[in-house]
Amino acid sequence: MFNIQQLACGYGQSQVLHDLSLSVQKQEIVAVMGRNGMGKTTLFKSLMGILPQWSGQVQLDGVDVSAMETHNRVTEGMAYVPQGRMIFPSMSVLENIQTGLPASAGGQVPEDLYALFPVLFDMRSRRGGNLSGGQQQQLAIARALATNPKVLLLDEPTEGIQPSIIKDIARTLKEIRTLRNLTIIVSEQVLSFTLEIADRLLVIEKGRFVIEETRGNVDEATISRYLSV
Amino acid sequence: MEWLSEFGAIAAMQGFNGLSVFCVLLLMALGLAIIFGQMGVINMAHGEFLTIGAYTTYLLSTLVQTWCPWMQPYYFFFAIALSFVVAGAVGWVVEWVMISRLYHRPLDTLLATWGLSLVMQQAFRSIFGAREVSANPPEWLMGAVKLTDAIEIPRNGLFVMGLTVLMTGGIFLMLYRTRWGLHVRATVQNRIMSRAVGINTRKVDRMTFALGCGVAGVAGAAFTTIGSTGPTAGSLYIVDTFLVVVFGGAASLFGTIASAFAIAQTQSLSEFFMSGSMARVLTLSAVILILLMRPQGLFSSKVRK
Repeated sequence: MFNIQQLACGYGQSQVLHDLSLSVQKQEIVAVMGRNGMGKTTLFKSLMGILPQWSGQVQLDGVDVSAMETHNRVTEGMAYVPQGRMIFPSMSVLENIQTGLPASAGGQVPEDLYALFPVLFDMRSRRGGNLSGGQQQQLAIARALATNPKVLLLDEPTEGIQPSIIKDIARTLKEIRTLRNLTIIVSEQVLSFTLEIADRLLVIEKGRFVIEETRGNVDEATISRYLSV
Repeated sequence: MEWLSEFGAIAAMQGFNGLSVFCVLLLMALGLAIIFGQMGVINMAHGEFLTIGAYTTYLLSTLVQTWCPWMQPYYFFFAIALSFVVAGAVGWVVEWVMISRLYHRPLDTLLATWGLSLVMQQAFRSIFGAREVSANPPEWLMGAVKLTDAIEIPRNGLFVMGLTVLMTGGIFLMLYRTRWGLHVRATVQNRIMSRAVGINTRKVDRMTFALGCGVAGVAGAAFTTIGSTGPTAGSLYIVDTFLVVVFGGAASLFGTIASAFAIAQTQSLSEFFMSGSMARVLTLSAVILILLMRPQGLFSSKVRK
């Protein structure tokens, strides 16, 4: 459903991603793991068209999005929750979610979004910037879901968030996968989190995928070795 | 007691005079503030969009006078609308042809728009002549309302004030109640993230720039009731306008309003007690002092980043 072929990308002269290929099924959750600086965020940014890709192809549901601008990729069904959440701090929670809604929604937030994140309903008139880290993460996910995506890209969703909320997020992600028929790609450094949610794990090292395993066959020790500094 | 009431009357009239200046400043600064706040573009040609509005009003006034004099009492409303449309359209084209190509080089937009302002001034000079012209304001805008024996409030000032309130209210409604406004505010805060939630920021930019210029055009139409129009009419206001925007805090509309008010009133009231240039010195020093203490401007939002 979501295909990446020979994707290359980088900054200036230095190439960061080297011919990455990946194909993700519908409703699959794939985790991309790796240490800092190995290319996780670069991968996500180039998938969203925030960083122009050097070569390769990205296909979503048979549509080639490689040359599209970011906002058109969103219309095609890609959604992005960036590292560090990047919510709009001085807008209310409600307005934050509304930015993701398509014009046809008329500014009306779908019920099921609030059902997934009840805390956002309670805080809907608070400023986004005044929420706690975990709440902001939920807001960022809700905002991404408001665009009605087919593929959800999450960049390090557990960074700086307390363990109990991490469990909540894991549960919610699995829930929305079935509710919304969603494909999820998540980048992560916390192995316990990915082992809980992912169907397939990939390890990225210096811009190349070096390990690819389904959850059942994962050898924790090998992956941990790639993650330890 | 005689001198006290006289002093009060003068203070009131001078204060009202300051209010008129405040209105034109505010109309200019609102446009500039949303353009600067959202796109980070410092539009040096903003004053020329005021001039466009003023000349549009002048042209319409002349046309009405020659072709259908019976329209004279009403034409001014069309003039305001037309000024908005013409200045907005020119702004739209300028954004498309010039500004949109310079987003990666913010300092260059400063130079480019300054060049544009020179080109536009010369264009006005070539088309309309270097002599100042004035539109014929309708009868009902002339004269003054007598409040007491000593206090007279000019009608054109009242009208401009009403217009400013309407425009400001309209801009607030658009920014805080419409989808476009939501997109503008999102883009102001985080352009990249706005794109990643599906906002076409280029379209938003073009709309914003056109709207900002359109509002300057309305300021121009209002300006014709206060002074006469020359090729450099707008550029006289540009420095004050920038002062207002910086002083108010670039991202805050309330700040823009408060700082336009403060600057116009300080200027106008102190002008009565000292010479015009000394009044400027006073205003500028006050602004500099306050900016030293609050570099982010009068108002800035308090949230976690």
